[in-house]
Amino acid sequence: MTDTTPLLQIRDLVIEGRAQDEWNPIVKGLNLNLGRGQVLGLIGESGAGKSTLGLAAMGFARDGCRFSGGTVHFDGIELLGADRATRRNLRSTRIAYVAQSAAASFNPAYKLMSQHTEFPVLKQVSSRSEAEEDAITLYRKLRLPDPETIGFRYPHQVSGGQLQRAMTAMAMACRPDLIIFDEPTTALDVTTQIEVLSAIRDIVDEFGTSAIYITHDLAVVAQMADQIMVLRHGELVEEAPTRTMLSDPQEDYTKSLWAVRSFTAPAKPAVKKGTEPVLSLRNITAQYPGMPRPVLEDISIDFHAGRTVAVVGESGSGKSTVARTITGLLPPISGEIILDGAPLPDKYANRTKDQLRASQMIYQMADTALNPKQRIRDIIGRPMQFYRGLRGHALTEEVRALLSAIELEPDIYMDRLPSELSGGQKQRIGIARALAANPKFIICDEVTSALDQLVAEEILKLLDKLQNEYNLAYMFITHDISTVRAIADDVVVMQMGKIVEQGSKDEIFTPPHAPYTDLLLSSVPEMDPDWLNNTLEARKSASI
Amino acid sequence: MHAALHEIRKIPPTALFGMLVITLYIIVAVFAPILAPYGESEIVAYEFEPWSSEYWLGTDSLGRDMATRMIYGARNTIGIALITTLLAFFIGCVAAFLSATLQGWVDQVISRAVDVVISIPTLIFALLLLTILGTSVYSLIGVIALIYSTFVFRIARAVAMGIVVMDYVEAARIRGEGLWWVMSREILPNAAPPLVAEFGLRFCFVFLTISGLSFLGLGIQPPAADWGSMVRENASLITFGDLTPLIPASAIGLLTVAVNFIVDWMLHKASGLKD
Repeated sequence: MTDTTPLLQIRDLVIEGRAQDEWNPIVKGLNLNLGRGQVLGLIGESGAGKSTLGLAAMGFARDGCRFSGGTVHFDGIELLGADRATRRNLRSTRIAYVAQSAAASFNPAYKLMSQHTEFPVLKQVSSRSEAEEDAITLYRKLRLPDPETIGFRYPHQVSGGQLQRAMTAMAMACRPDLIIFDEPTTALDVTTQIEVLSAIRDIVDEFGTSAIYITHDLAVVAQMADQIMVLRHGELVEEAPTRTMLSDPQEDYTKSLWAVRSFTAPAKPAVKKGTEPVLSLRNITAQYPGMPRPVLEDISIDFHAGRTVAVVGESGSGKSTVARTITGLLPPISGEIILDGAPLPDKYANRTKDQLRASQMIYQMADTALNPKQRIRDIIGRPMQFYRGLRGHALTEEVRALLSAIELEPDIYMDRLPSELSGGQKQRIGIARALAANPKFIICDEVTSALDQLVAEEILKLLDKLQNEYNLAYMFITHDISTVRAIADDVVVMQMGKIVEQGSKDEIFTPPHAPYTDLLLSSVPEMDPDWLNNTLEARKSASI
Repeated sequence: MHAALHEIRKIPPTALFGMLVITLYIIVAVFAPILAPYGESEIVAYEFEPWSSEYWLGTDSLGRDMATRMIYGARNTIGIALITTLLAFFIGCVAAFLSATLQGWVDQVISRAVDVVISIPTLIFALLLLTILGTSVYSLIGVIALIYSTFVFRIARAVAMGIVVMDYVEAARIRGEGLWWVMSREILPNAAPPLVAEFGLRFCFVFLTISGLSFLGLGIQPPAADWGSMVRENASLITFGDLTPLIPASAIGLLTVAVNFIVDWMLHKASGLKD
């Protein structure tokens, strides 16, 4: 190791993006050094410029972006000035990219293997049969099930976590010097994430590959990176080795990121015996038509006024299906839903306006939950008009009052379209729409999972405030344990359509747990750089 | 005001040309009685008079002034084509949104019925229906609107299918909103951009079909002036080296080109493409 020049060297990089015919800087003069075999973590909120910087490391700017200053040297080659052919040859063979959504990045029409071998064969790194053999080796190293045959499946035939590992394998196909991971585990469940993380880390170690790991999750980056850069608004906030960064952050912004998980709603007293729940599910079993087995089996949950029940589980555990039965979109085949002591009709079409109004829903993706062609005043005003018959001046006043309640200035936001709001503001409008109906019970379906941590925190605080103000019952669907810790009073753990464990937050989080709860809890990354090692170690010894 | 000017400056020249042409056509159609030197079916001279200061474009096979007929023709042809297209879109969109929202057997019934109609060649089917129903303006509008509504249905249903799965539509449904609200307030505004573009294209097709039917003698009936039948009636002049029959034909062509320029620009805007 006499070569001391870094593999990747970025100097004073400025990237501009176009919005409304104006060029605004997205990345404002960043410097970056990455040595061979090093893993650099890029972290920041959305819009911090971390993905743009990651792509710039390949000499690539997205549509609507342009390089307007600085240099990118990869192993002595200046990428920004290089011609297309040089860059193209480097990309695929010496620099590889792993995208956030493997499901969207694979071509659904080709088998994994033919996509994997395309580049090595095209670039004449190896023959097809060699490339296939190598793919199987990589699949094995990444601990994919059935490594010999999995390559001969189509992308839709393997799970999300497996696909993400297959994509990492594909990036490894030409044994690149540098891999850029752009949020590779963000879309995965915690139990899957831990497998992908350890697989990625091992293979990067083994081949001595340099990597840039982009994420917004501090705990994840703590496991993966040697060095961490914190970005904000396209500028560097702080850079330090991982352990130093975690134990001794210098900048206020970094500290605020570190402190994010500290919000906890004050604990509420236990429910008094004999209190009638607002809404309760009794032995609900539900099944999609034409499916062989029920998606929900024997679900019973009580929701009390002023309390939050968190429903946790992996994707496919049936937690969103519970919401669908409550809203009447999927009528149960047996069991009943009781609202205020009276049974609720199975289908939403058979419910009265008052019954519909009592339970409202807040969606995960505010982008698709708000009609992009309606103004805020109409989005919020419609439930008031529809359920409460408000008109004209009274309606306007109510909308203004509600906007103030969700901490948005009515004069500014009332006549905007959803596209003119930020992600957090959109989610606030989603909340306001639910509140506009004067409900007793609100389903929050992963309401914070699409948001940055700081913004998510604000939303949780707002939900907590509103709960106290209006004495609302919440059902909080989430896969994020830290959110559960922050806001839940009671917890329901679901797996494969069944309730594994349920009880108050303290009961669930204090051992002994049900085995599945244990797995779920222990898979949540912690801010400790040794967490991944320790957890895997513990699991290994437990299984022996 | 300044913002509006800025917007106009961003419109590509092709679209501006299209708008200019269409505005001209509309002015001509609206003010036809004022602009035209003679009455619509007034016989003013001998047949096939050449171009002169008195009869700008000469006279037709019955001795009616060609320029006058051109001006009135704009009114009839464009007016009927516009009404027909609007009707086709109304029928097509309502059926499509019903299909997409209700799905199940409603969708099956409407979609298969549409497949049946689409499988018959447009012109032949129109000729058949018009022969049965007679050739009044109303049956012309009704028949063509019905046939073209099937094409509108196809695209509107595809667009609506993508919209009904959105959470805001689900939210409206579980709020208890009625079918009409969901269709008109939640789906329609979001389906509008591709439908508007489609409107432009369909308008051209409808226009051409009506002209075609008129040429065949089953469209707009004499003595009402329309460009399609004007081409037919005067077609023989071509053999004498007179270009007059090409004028109504190129009026049709110009309108088609103009509409398509605008449609291209709108499609471009709707798809969010910048370059």
